[in-house]
Amino acid sequence: MSRPGQPRFMRLGETGRTPITLTVDGETIEALEGDSLLVAILTARGRLRRSEFGPEARSGFCLMAACQDCWVWTADGHRLRACDTPARAGLSLVTEQPDLSWPNRA
Amino acid sequence: MAEPRLIIVGAGPAGIRAAEQLVAAGLRPVLLDEGQRDGGQIYRRQPEGFTRTPEQLYGTEAARAVALHESFEQLKPQIDYRPRHLAWNVADGVVHTISAGKPGQFAYDALIIAAGATDRLLPVKGWQHAGVYSLGGAQIALKAQACAIGRKVVFMGTGPLLQLVALQYHKAGAEVVALLDTSPFHRQVMALPKLAARPDMLLKGLRIVAGLMASGMAIHRGVTPVEIHGEAEAGVTGASVRLASGEIRRFDCDAVGLGYHLRPEAQLADLARCAFTFDAGTRQFWPEIDADGRSSVPGVYLAGDGVRTQGADGAEISGALAACAALEDLGRPVPEARRAEFRARARIMERFREGIAEAYPWPAHLAADLPDEAILCRCEGITVGELRDAANAKGADEVNRAKALTRVGMGRCQGRYCGHAGAEIVAAATGVPLEAVGRLRGQAPVKPLPVAAGEVEP
Amino acid sequence: MTEVKRSDVLIIGGGIMGASAAFFLRQRGKSVTLIERGLIGQQASGTNFGNVRRQGRFLPQLPLANRSREIWGRLNELLGEDAEFLPSGHLRLAYTEEMAGRIEQYGRDARPYGLELEMISGNVLRDRFPFLGPEIRAGSYSPLDGHANPRLAAPAFGRAAKRAGAEIVERAEVLSVEQEGGSFRAGTADGRVFRAEQMLITAGAWGSRLSQQFGEPAPLVVHGPQMAVTEPVPYGLEPVLGIATTIPEEIIYLRQVKRGNIVFGGGIRGPASAETLRAYVKPENTLGQLAQITRIVPALRRLNVIRVWSGIESYLPDDIPIMGPSARISGLHYAFGFCGHGFQLGPGVGDVMAELIATGRTSTPIEPFTIARFASSATNQTGGHP
Ligand SMILES: Cc1cc2nc3c(=O)[nH]c(=O)nc-3n(C[C@H](O)[C@H](O)[C@H](O)COP(=O)(O)OP(=O)(O)OC[C@H]3O[C@@H](n4cnc5c(N)ncnc54)[C@H](O)[C@@H]3O)c2cc1C
Ligand SMILES: Cc1cc2nc3c(=O)[nH]c(=O)nc-3n(C[C@H](O)[C@H](O)[C@H](O)COP(=O)(O)OP(=O)(O)OC[C@H]3O[C@@H](n4cnc5c(N)ncnc54)[C@H](O)[C@@H]3O)c2cc1C
Ligand code: FES
Repeated sequence: MSRPGQPRFMRLGETGRTPITLTVDGETIEALEGDSLLVAILTARGRLRRSEFGPEARSGFCLMAACQDCWVWTADGHRLRACDTPARAGLSLVTEQPDLSWPNRA
Repeated sequence: MAEPRLIIVGAGPAGIRAAEQLVAAGLRPVLLDEGQRDGGQIYRRQPEGFTRTPEQLYGTEAARAVALHESFEQLKPQIDYRPRHLAWNVADGVVHTISAGKPGQFAYDALIIAAGATDRLLPVKGWQHAGVYSLGGAQIALKAQACAIGRKVVFMGTGPLLQLVALQYHKAGAEVVALLDTSPFHRQVMALPKLAARPDMLLKGLRIVAGLMASGMAIHRGVTPVEIHGEAEAGVTGASVRLASGEIRRFDCDAVGLGYHLRPEAQLADLARCAFTFDAGTRQFWPEIDADGRSSVPGVYLAGDGVRTQGADGAEISGALAACAALEDLGRPVPEARRAEFRARARIMERFREGIAEAYPWPAHLAADLPDEAILCRCEGITVGELRDAANAKGADEVNRAKALTRVGMGRCQGRYCGHAGAEIVAAATGVPLEAVGRLRGQAPVKPLPVAAGEVEP
Repeated sequence: MTEVKRSDVLIIGGGIMGASAAFFLRQRGKSVTLIERGLIGQQASGTNFGNVRRQGRFLPQLPLANRSREIWGRLNELLGEDAEFLPSGHLRLAYTEEMAGRIEQYGRDARPYGLELEMISGNVLRDRFPFLGPEIRAGSYSPLDGHANPRLAAPAFGRAAKRAGAEIVERAEVLSVEQEGGSFRAGTADGRVFRAEQMLITAGAWGSRLSQQFGEPAPLVVHGPQMAVTEPVPYGLEPVLGIATTIPEEIIYLRQVKRGNIVFGGGIRGPASAETLRAYVKPENTLGQLAQITRIVPALRRLNVIRVWSGIESYLPDDIPIMGPSARISGLHYAFGFCGHGFQLGPGVGDVMAELIATGRTSTPIEPFTIARFASSATNQTGGHP
């Protein structure tokens, strides 16, 4: 089934929109204008983040801004809720938790 | 007398119809909604640039959806509409919002809360894996983004949404491996007299069932979920259930849509200090309301799926009724004839709601039977066994106590997805009735509040 | 009415004070009954910030705080349960030269009490604690202070006391207390009667309701300190941080738990009621706190708050507790009104009160906390309810 790098979501239509590119874990991915950040990442990758309290990868759950399972880190240390944030060209995201020195980066 | 300050939270069917009544009475309400666009849950609008027709998007409800969207466009100039405004708290007659990181305050004389519903969930072993989504989430992927949650999808749980989403996926071209319903078919038959309160809806339901039969997907009713199989990295690999025959069957898949009907988003009502009451039929606490939607707190009105899961049509009616109640309490004229009509229809909606709840019952026993190693709280990674231990060995026979000792309900989702099952587990473990085990008290913020909000002058 | 139980000591109120006193009394061989209105540790003891901090305290309170700190260090072996005590260090910070001078002076004054504090400023401060914001001028570091989980500590004491043979009676509110024929008697709302040779009142914000029945009311007022917690993030903020300031809005303290959440509190206190048993967080207070925590650790501005809460705490006019024997009745003891600082003291208070009750004296000085200091106000008290 879906491997780490493998896309999780499958597009069923509305593919005529303008393509945009984002960066996930240092690699460029292609998405479509109008995608949520969650959809942009999961049509290219298998996870959004890693659970803080277990070994498993996470990929969101409710898609309606209720469960808070889809918060991702941007490469410069900001937090975004992927399911209700529109994907923007040029965004750079990481799907791993940051290292312990995060408080030092103001 | 100064213009009364009216605030509506939620631009779904309930909130929009409430706004319509207030505008008709010559008032200009503030309508707060955290979404980018109006429409609420069922009539959710797709982003700009998408091209599917209302028929493709809303199916049999296309006409209603279009009607609601059109009403809203007409209303828009006459109300103070604030999209992307999350109401994160309410206290002392003021709704506190956050919008694009900025805090805001809206004082009110009357507050209509129409916050809608979220999926009601019951854990199953393995539900923490990537690729497991709430049924509503699966539907949003399709409706708002034209995506399927996976290549091979299993839908599991119960409730009207289960069948609807499975059929919508099938029609949209996704591969639905199986529809696994915990409700036995005879429950739906037994509920027929109440469901017949709305013959149109009953007919729609039968058409969905017919569509599912024709789809060729595996359909099993009266199942017991056993496990969602998965790997830490790769996520979901399959789902196993015990069929009504007793046989354990595994379905290979890379995604699961899971849900057990809906639960009201009642946090704001809780923060507004509305009284709650236990509903034995659905085994949950919900806010007390009178027939028109008045809460126990003067000036606070509750409407739509955020207080009773009546569905979209019921939401429209209850929104209108709540607005009438607010007008009446503010000493304004009320459209009496219309109100009488609304009230009569509201009774039908309530009878139908009961029918749905009976047809697709919340399977409390499944929560009680969960294995100790199953994750209960997805946010904090707490197992069923840890909660049972707190209930038994540490005497936590009340949910807030159990929360304090185990963190169940303390995560980011604020107990939305583990709270009901957690209460059932505590009740089963201690022998204390669910009613006495209680409910998780609402705590602000309703959803996460950015720390950076403090740097902005309100 | 039914006679339920006779014991050597009757403790009323099962917060951390009552629960730890029950535990230590059992260790001294006394039979104990502890009566709690709700559940053990449900009030202030279970809702507080969790600071296990000595620095900054009223100096004469340090011997008691030291004794308590020593117990915190061996709490897990003592109770057989983990209350998540983390001696992560405590850093008391100053924005101004004036406050820096004050905390430095405190360090000198605290030394004779056995509390060693390290004054750090300038580049050294920033090298050691690179997450601190630019406004911070200086800090006083207390290496052995830290924090613990309030939701776990008092219940753990309660269970350990029970395992050691104490009678723990939950969901029973004591309405009447009196002395009768040389022994003490307590009557509960559900009609039970308890008797004992000695009585200890550890009823927190409700202490005066009971002490006044013995003619010793205390001028308690209640407030709800405002608390909040962020989402979990990797554990990178070791010491507990707190601002020393004279401006109420600026008061802020924060700690990161090992699991990753950052707990914070401070600022203007919120409304609390000893009658309804509710304490509320005002939304504007939460926003005010957000403005302050990013002054201490600017990186926090990227995080989100996921929950706020408050608790009912009682305060006395001089901001120090009531602790020690009754000034009027022998065999009667008090330990309540801890003015927002009682969590750290809890284990020590239990130990000292047990010593006092079992032996008639204590090696730790507690004279400043006597209820007798309010004896004159007793006469002009009217209602008496806190
Ligand atoms: C995922 C999902 C799918 C559904 N699909 C169907 C379906 O296919 N068919 C059907 O008949 N019923 C469906 N329902 C039920 C459906 O929700 C209702 O029938 C109908 O949408 C209820 O209308 P409402 O106005 O009460 O709430 P909603 O339509 O849910 O509207 C509530 C609105 O309140 C806003 N809101 C909530 N909390 C806050 C806050 N704190 N601050 C600001 N804004 C807030 C939300 O953004 C939302 O726009 C679905 C429900 C869910 C949850
Ligand atoms: C929000 C908050 C933050 C705080 N932060 C800190 C901190 O970081 N560090 C620190 O050291 N301190 C802190 N404190 C203070 C500390 O929590 C308290 O001083 C301490 O817990 C007091 O313990 P207690 O046992 O006296 O009171 P409580 O925990 O309130 O216990 C009293 C108990 O008595 C019971 N009771 C009362 N009347 C009766 C009756 N008639 N019959 C039966 N039972 C009765 C109550 O139900 C209650 O459980 C804080 C307090 C609060 C509220
Ligand atoms: S997926 Fe649930 S909040 Fe985003």
